[in-house]
Amino acid sequence: MSTTFDEPRAADPIAQAPVLAPGHSPGTVTEAIAGLVTRKVAKTPKWWLLGFAVSFGLLNVLLFAVTKLFMTGIGVWGNNIPVGWAWDITSFVWWIGIGHAGTLISAILLLLRQSWRNSINRFAEAMTIFAVSCAGMYPILHLGRPWLPYWLLPIPGTLMAWPNFRSPLIWDVFAVSTYATISLVFWYVGMIPDLATLRDHSTSRVARLIYGSAALGWRGSARHWANYEAAALLLAGLSTPLVLSVHSIVSFDFSIGIVPGWHTTVFPPYFVAGAVFAGFAMVLTLVLPLRPLFGLKDFITDRHLQNMAKVMLTTGLIVAYGYGIEAFAAWYSGNPYEWYMMKNRVTGPYALQYGLLLLCNIVVPQLLWIKKVRSNVWALWTIAMVINLGMWLERFVIIVVSLSRDFVPSNWAMFHATRYDVMTFAGTIGLFLTLTFLFVRFLPTLNMYEMRSLTPEAASTPHEE
Amino acid sequence: MTSPIEPPAPPEPTTLPIDFAAARERLRSSRGPAFWRGLEELAGDERFQEFLAREFPRHASDWDESLERGFSRRRFFELGLASMALAGMAACTRQPFEKIVPYVKQPEEILPGVPLQFATAMTLGGFAQPLLAESHEGRPTKLEGNPEHPASLGAATALAQASILDLYDPDRLQTPTKLETIQTWALFSDELKAAAKAQKALGGAGLRVLTGSVTSPTLASQLRTLLAAFPKARWHQWEPAGRDEVRAGAVKAFGQPVETRYELSKADVVVALDADFLVSGPHSVRYAKDFSARRRLVGGATEMSRLYTFESSPTPTGTKADNRQPVRASALPAVALALGAELGVPGFAKPAGLDEKVARTVAAAAKDLKSRAGAGVVIVGDPVAAPVHAAAHAINAALGAIGKTVVLTEPAEAEPVAQGDSLAALAADMKAGQVQLLLVLGGNPVYDAPSDLAFADALQKVPLRVHLTSAANETSRYCHWNVPQAHFLESWTDARALDGTVTIAQPLIEPLYDGKTAHEVLSVLLEDSPRTSHDVVKEFWRAEKRGAADFEAFWRKSLHDGLVEGTAFEPRPATPDAAGAAAWLAELAELAGRVGKPGALELSFRPDPSVWDGSFANNGWLQELPRPLSKITWDNAAILAPATAERLGVQPDDVVTLTVGGRSASLPVFVQPGQAADVVTVHFGFGRTVAGRVGNGVGVDVAPIRTRAAGLWLVPGVQLAATGRKARLSQTQQHFRMEGRHIVRSATLAEYRKEPDFAKKLGELPAVEESLYPPMAYKDNAWGVSVDLGTCIGCNACMVACQAENNVPVVGKEQVGRSREMHWIRIDHYYEGNDLENPLIHNQPLMCQQCENAPCEVVCPVGATVHGAEGLNEMAYNRCVGTRYCSNNCPYKARRFNFFEYNADKEPVLKMLANPEVTVRSRGVMEKCTYCIQRINRAKIAAEREGRAIRDGEIRTACQQTCPADAIVFGNINDPLAHVSKLKKEPRTYWVLEELNTRPRTTYLASVKNPNPDLEAG
Repeated sequence: MSTTFDEPRAADPIAQAPVLAPGHSPGTVTEAIAGLVTRKVAKTPKWWLLGFAVSFGLLNVLLFAVTKLFMTGIGVWGNNIPVGWAWDITSFVWWIGIGHAGTLISAILLLLRQSWRNSINRFAEAMTIFAVSCAGMYPILHLGRPWLPYWLLPIPGTLMAWPNFRSPLIWDVFAVSTYATISLVFWYVGMIPDLATLRDHSTSRVARLIYGSAALGWRGSARHWANYEAAALLLAGLSTPLVLSVHSIVSFDFSIGIVPGWHTTVFPPYFVAGAVFAGFAMVLTLVLPLRPLFGLKDFITDRHLQNMAKVMLTTGLIVAYGYGIEAFAAWYSGNPYEWYMMKNRVTGPYALQYGLLLLCNIVVPQLLWIKKVRSNVWALWTIAMVINLGMWLERFVIIVVSLSRDFVPSNWAMFHATRYDVMTFAGTIGLFLTLTFLFVRFLPTLNMYEMRSLTPEAASTPHEE
Repeated sequence: MTSPIEPPAPPEPTTLPIDFAAARERLRSSRGPAFWRGLEELAGDERFQEFLAREFPRHASDWDESLERGFSRRRFFELGLASMALAGMAACTRQPFEKIVPYVKQPEEILPGVPLQFATAMTLGGFAQPLLAESHEGRPTKLEGNPEHPASLGAATALAQASILDLYDPDRLQTPTKLETIQTWALFSDELKAAAKAQKALGGAGLRVLTGSVTSPTLASQLRTLLAAFPKARWHQWEPAGRDEVRAGAVKAFGQPVETRYELSKADVVVALDADFLVSGPHSVRYAKDFSARRRLVGGATEMSRLYTFESSPTPTGTKADNRQPVRASALPAVALALGAELGVPGFAKPAGLDEKVARTVAAAAKDLKSRAGAGVVIVGDPVAAPVHAAAHAINAALGAIGKTVVLTEPAEAEPVAQGDSLAALAADMKAGQVQLLLVLGGNPVYDAPSDLAFADALQKVPLRVHLTSAANETSRYCHWNVPQAHFLESWTDARALDGTVTIAQPLIEPLYDGKTAHEVLSVLLEDSPRTSHDVVKEFWRAEKRGAADFEAFWRKSLHDGLVEGTAFEPRPATPDAAGAAAWLAELAELAGRVGKPGALELSFRPDPSVWDGSFANNGWLQELPRPLSKITWDNAAILAPATAERLGVQPDDVVTLTVGGRSASLPVFVQPGQAADVVTVHFGFGRTVAGRVGNGVGVDVAPIRTRAAGLWLVPGVQLAATGRKARLSQTQQHFRMEGRHIVRSATLAEYRKEPDFAKKLGELPAVEESLYPPMAYKDNAWGVSVDLGTCIGCNACMVACQAENNVPVVGKEQVGRSREMHWIRIDHYYEGNDLENPLIHNQPLMCQQCENAPCEVVCPVGATVHGAEGLNEMAYNRCVGTRYCSNNCPYKARRFNFFEYNADKEPVLKMLANPEVTVRSRGVMEKCTYCIQRINRAKIAAEREGRAIRDGEIRTACQQTCPADAIVFGNINDPLAHVSKLKKEPRTYWVLEELNTRPRTTYLASVKNPNPDLEAG
């Protein structure tokens, strides 16, 4: 595999690189994409088996860690008083943030008619669902009594007790569950035409039955397409505010609190930008290896990578601004607790984590200004991984570092992660990867009909995209 | 309220010895086809259950172990089998036909659900600690101070309160044992009688009795009878944390053993020489009461006493010092000499080479003492060398303090002896083979005797060794007979407090096991038909009160009050023995000449503030009680000054080896600001090997380096070497700097006079109108607390009171190390000032502040913590799902979380301890202080039934009730006449973190100290 992809040699320097490699017709697109899914079980590539085995192994680590957690208590983690939340909520926010790229790509870019999104939106949406699944577990796992999460729902029951609607955690319940539902519906609805294609291409009876059931009788009639387009637009409209609201509400978990380092008005926009930042980094992390492995270089071109890098650069700058404002406000407010919090981040016992965070999220992404870097797969992947790490550290710094030193110095204590913290987090990565591997093997990774619309044939008779 | 009803005398013991062989046989035969029947039989057999409990003990202290393991295979099978067995029983058996009978006639006094209180006393170092014990339906649940008793006035120390846990200690010895086999009391008394008969023929030449300090008039009379009956027998006494130096000092000064008691309510100037008189010692509670009364700046008072302390290691008393001077222990004789010289006491000459800073403080103290003739007092700590005590007597006499601030009485101990010599004599006799029968009545000399006596080796030369002990300990392993000692809540006895007041201690519960008292053991030796301790004690007092009109009335009144009226000693006019002065003055001068050179390390031993001499080692409450200042739990350490640690190149948690005369002990280092340079302070009472599940292997046994030859309290030459190892100490507080925040506010008396409301000016309370919400209205009661930081001595008594009252669990060293301790109230310490070697030290008790605008309430998603109608932040434990958001959002971090099922695996006997009025919290639930809401509700019910309002002072929180310094006051702030309302109007009142607009119901009275302006200037 070459480390750089070919520089487009268009005569017009302003002309953009294509989003679909030349020479494709609707037929070849379908063949290329559906072929990945409908191939025989025996022909499952070795790398998939290996990758799936590793991911599934990690998933079992999660099973082990969670079993232990449920049997003995939160104490298997390193959480303590004052650090009541640590890796649990850090990872929750991290996963929720990762999901955002999918929604942004599928909803906002759809509304903005950015056709370059077509080849990555399915994948990004899937990533959203899987990330939200990982995220959604944490609020339940982190409960002292994890068998009672339904007490957070407004269920009229014999307890005659209502949740406390003043608590941001209740807002979270609504925000995250809405987000998960809409994302799932959006993803599924968007997949119906492609499921029908798979139904038609499948050779095995079982596959035809499964894909056929999932395709809900899609025949590709004009009426179907008309309804489909309307539904997609409506769902995109519904999803768009979610991109902004979910992470805003997640940020309220902190900004409603009075802990120095939490109680900040900049959090909602800063969290949203951070989420998109992290989400695109995760898309790149996954797409870059899949491109050569699945032979999708024709569909996910350098143009996509360039665009995603640019989005990362932009949101990265917003995040950097957020850090700056945090520090400025801590100083400008004249609030001694806020100012101490800031000084503690820079010089306290967690200075290393804060320094790494700045390096990962501010310094390293600046390399993306350089086109050579944006065009280098290895560089791009490395930067994406660095951003993944940086965004996890960001939440760690906000949550753990702020809690470890708040108001009354006698309580101050450090947080020390245990192996169960690590296992739980690694386990959710296992869950995420397992779902991703299953997805790339059994569902259309790319949106076939939208890709078909990018072929020259389709372009001559454009339909609504 | 105390009850005059005496509990019925305990009947004959009913517990049978356990037949292990038969039990094992039963277990073996329960396999195969007989499975179901066999298990039922086993489950129904009490003795077998006991056997199981002993065979498979669950470790209360090592959560780390058991929780990391979680569900071990063995536990899985245990539970699986047990539930199968239970299922089987429910399915296949009929309930046993056993009649239960309700009270036909309600016993007088007993109302189900209403606790009763009985006066009793425990002894610590032999001295009575007067107590009131709360009893719920016949089981004691809590100990409090006896308000009627002059040594308590209602308060109690942490140790005295925690001693209730020892009653329910599952590791207690349950039956008499001989060579580790189970025996009966009857067998034991037969054998003892036979041995006594043999001794009788010899005049008791081979009989020795070893006790601790004895103040019990009954026990003393029994021992004297014994010595009369066996004229050649000997009675030895030994307390590892004893007061030999105090006794010797008194003998030096007065030519006779006299007891010294201080009247601190009359003292304007107190000079303490390494004396932690407010917290340790037999009379500390009363001292704290009297001392704090002279420090309480309320109602416009602007005068307070002044305390100078010269200490080698900071103590709670030192935190109250107005001028605190660290001074190495070996320099105390020089300090005493200098003080005497400054005061012009005859025979005192200024020593050479006293540190200039120390000399200046001494001069200032002397000037102060002189200016308050008759109202000054010099107090010397128990471990300080005898000539310093003698010097203090001479100085006090010269100050005219005797009869005023110093009261001399006859000693409370029945037989004051030099206990070190006494124990050495016993060891020598044993080694020489002169002892045939040794009775060790309580105590643990194998563990705590000075190691150069080689007590264990000597002990093995005795043909018959009998040990009366509450739990098997190190000494038990060397004794033939071990007889379970009844806990003080199970036994009749009597004891004197330091002032001589006798308490006749009554039991609250029949012995849980086969426990006996020293009275009963001695009665076997002395009488043909041994008597119960009730009879022994009562007969003694009947004889004492011969001629008194109505003995029964006297007896009942004494039991009810918890003291025998008129038994306090009269002050004895005594003047120092001028003739003998020359001798001890020479000794003093000699000692003063031996001040350690700078850089020469010296080792100072102190009993541990929590587990004392090691006798409380198996007490989880005390092991987990953070030691004052260091906040260390579950460990002892080599405490060093910052400068000394720096010079030696050691860091906190570095394990160092202390070597004295070829023997050594290795401990982790703790660096303590305020410690005197070149002094290594080490607490003994740790490293027990046979203490029980909680105490085994906690900390390091320093017995090897604590010898009579090198010094029991102060070892002048000690080598310290780093081992390169690290051992993590578990502390409940790690950060002692206030970071410029006004958490604790303090001023000097001069500043306070100038600006009484200085504390308020350091903060900014937002106006009520600044909130978007209207303030809550409280119709009847609005509870509040005022805490006086000026008087709080940081003694930890409130922490134990809260732990007992609110069923607060013990979590173990590993969990404390993870910052998961559960104490609802804690004592925070902060250091202030630029001098690392002598900072100002502040104490601050901190519990839930019951905020008016509580940050915790808003964020709880399920409404488990809600604002009560009387302004408390109430906890609905069974609604809590455990998000911990409330704790994150609590600026005071007053909430505690059950990270594990801390209350699981409790021995059945420990369940008897729980206060039935407070929920025992389960895993995953947040908990915190609610101002003892159960006490509030009890009072509310009583008031409602009587159709009246709750009276001020009717409700006292557990922490308030036991506070020896009366620093905590609870009450209704809606009532302008309530004590708490008045305190809240004091100018010193402030709120912690008021700028957050939490509006706490707990307010603090800022600390005011009264340093000598002359010293300030320099």
